Amino acid sequence: MPEFEIQLIAVIASVACAVLGTFIVLRKMSMLTDAITHTILLGIVLAYFISKDLSSPLLYVGAIIMGLFTVYLVSLLQNTHLLSEEAAIGVVFPFLFSIAIILISLFAGSVHLDTDSVLLGELAFAPFDRLVVFGIDIGAKSIYTMGLVLILNAGFVKIFYKELQLSSFDSLLAYTLGFAPTVLHYLLMTFVSITAVSAFSVVGSILVVAFMIAPPITARLLTHELKPMIWISALIGAFNALIGYQIARSFDVSIAGSMALMSGLSFVIVLLFSRQSGMITRIWQQLHLKRDYDDMALLIHLFHHYKTEVQESETNIHTIVNHLNWEPHRLENCVKRLLNKHLIVVESDQYQLTSEGIAFAAHQYTTLFK
Amino acid sequence: MTCSAVKQMNNLLSLLGDYTFQVVAVGSCALGIISGISGSFATLRQQSLLGDSISHSALAGVAIAFILTGSKTTEVLLIGAGIVGLIATYLITQLSRFSKANFESVMAVVMSSFFGLGLMLLTYIQHLPNANQAGLNRFLFGQAATMLSTDVLLILIVAVLIILTVCLFFKEFKLFVFDRDFASDLGLPTGLLNFILSTMVVLTVILGIQSVGVVLMSALLISPAIAARQWTHHLSSLIGLAAILGGISGLGGTLISSSITNFPTGPAIVLIISLILIVSLLIAPGRGIIWQRQQLHRAKLNVAADMILLHLLEVHKSTFSAADFAAIHASQAPLYSMDQLVKNLQERHSIEKQESLFIVQESAIQELSGHLKKEEPDNA
Repeated sequence: MPEFEIQLIAVIASVACAVLGTFIVLRKMSMLTDAITHTILLGIVLAYFISKDLSSPLLYVGAIIMGLFTVYLVSLLQNTHLLSEEAAIGVVFPFLFSIAIILISLFAGSVHLDTDSVLLGELAFAPFDRLVVFGIDIGAKSIYTMGLVLILNAGFVKIFYKELQLSSFDSLLAYTLGFAPTVLHYLLMTFVSITAVSAFSVVGSILVVAFMIAPPITARLLTHELKPMIWISALIGAFNALIGYQIARSFDVSIAGSMALMSGLSFVIVLLFSRQSGMITRIWQQLHLKRDYDDMALLIHLFHHYKTEVQESETNIHTIVNHLNWEPHRLENCVKRLLNKHLIVVESDQYQLTSEGIAFAAHQYTTLFK
Repeated sequence: MTCSAVKQMNNLLSLLGDYTFQVVAVGSCALGIISGISGSFATLRQQSLLGDSISHSALAGVAIAFILTGSKTTEVLLIGAGIVGLIATYLITQLSRFSKANFESVMAVVMSSFFGLGLMLLTYIQHLPNANQAGLNRFLFGQAATMLSTDVLLILIVAVLIILTVCLFFKEFKLFVFDRDFASDLGLPTGLLNFILSTMVVLTVILGIQSVGVVLMSALLISPAIAARQWTHHLSSLIGLAAILGGISGLGGTLISSSITNFPTGPAIVLIISLILIVSLLIAPGRGIIWQRQQLHRAKLNVAADMILLHLLEVHKSTFSAADFAAIHASQAPLYSMDQLVKNLQERHSIEKQESLFIVQESAIQELSGHLKKEEPDNA
């Protein structure tokens, strides 16, 4: 049962993240998301100092507010134009995070506000935290918290789909049309913060990044349309979670770490093998491009010198290498291909075009040099 | 001096004489210096967040090194971290170029994947028979206080190497950073220069995470350089100032954390350099935030003054009294007082006071003439 629950929680979490992550990736806010996952610690710490209670909902609120504050601070810094956009991120979150650690060390040293678990999380313990309603144990609490987050995120994306779509691709147009891209931006980041805060007990906030960013950029390799991209991201996210869990179980290692690694691996695998943009495809295409080029070069060479005075020397099988300036190996392969396609024949030490060869070469010649 | 001040001085002096303090202080200071130097190049090459990626990836390297060698000595772990760091950097650039995916997205994915791998390996290590993972955890959050003199020696050696390299090849690095294509045309080995600069950053990061930890490393790397950038735009002074600021933060952080109980060193260092950065951003002459505000305020005042002057020209032509000014000012109700506006106009030589009247200068009339309401056109 715990195994099932763990996987269920992980799948729900990954889908919840993937749904938002698509827009994060499109708006180039991946590193900002990473920053938020670190700074929410400060929000939690400050909320704890106010409430003195580790299970208070105020901690959630504090974390979410801190997430928004981070975004605000980063924008503020970026708008001064005194430093690059990514540098702004790189100085804000460590500053806030270091304040959090200082506060914890100075004032909360004895309290179990374990920075390790905030950042890293451990899915294996999730099933032990049960939700008991009217005396009935209906499952791990995390299922319901992450489920709620999933519904919230999905709802947000559904309701604001058009606005999100427009402002992600053309924020200027959105602004002139009367939408408020800034409001939408902060709204999106609010949901990101909510997701990050909810997920940190489950997968650790650092790995929220893996769930949010990896599936969308993998989906991007497979489709160029927004709606399919969201669905495929969700699928890939769930896939990463499940496979990651299996690996972690086999080797008895960190579940969250395994899922994060799997997220990266699936990106690389799709990158290598995808039909559209995969590496294998590219290499294959380039190889064929070379071959096609060689074939055409040889044919046109023969065609060009067809029935001319120099035909004898230009098309002689021994001297042609000099005219083409190719290595013998390259010539040999090309000739083999053309012979197979019946476009040339060898007659008395010369390469001759067949009638098909002539027609083919003529066509190519006119299209190229017309 | 008062009694408590003397006591504090004595505490400080005894602190400075303490061996552990000296070790940590020198180490942190040296780390700050090399962070300043490497960070200058990183920020100039738009690689500000690469330090963050490298530091997260380094965890995997540390774990791999331990698994392969069984050794927890700093040198071995750092070599592992360094190699993995370089691999991660290489992967990020290649993957983003090839997949045409956004560079920062790929950076985030590589970073979290490697970190995940590091976590997996760390938990795997926990099961190994004679493994004691305690020494490896310090890389996550940094424990500068546990720096040994051998660690510091290593840092100093690396620092000397970096300083030497930068001094020797300053011109080549400078050209490479600002105009890579031209450098390549001139025959400079751009691949090698790239590798050296990347290695510098990787070395700095993996040495630094011992002190400040994985999460905070990016600030230590780039903040000194950004702060220095607010004060100079010459590369040599930038690097020098960044090194100095980094060193100060390292030293100061160690001082603070040694003087106050339970104050962690890494965050102290980051706090100091962040504060230095904030101050630099605010007060930098000619570009700082305060200067920007002043410029904005100035521009708004100029516009308000011109508007008033425009009205005055239309009503009173080029000569008017203070009373006229007051009347127009009252009707316009601008955000500025009459004195402010008059002073502004006088400073810009738009008006001159002669006895009790103000004369509008020719230059101002010409400037504003385009905005004056036109006379009624004659009927054709």
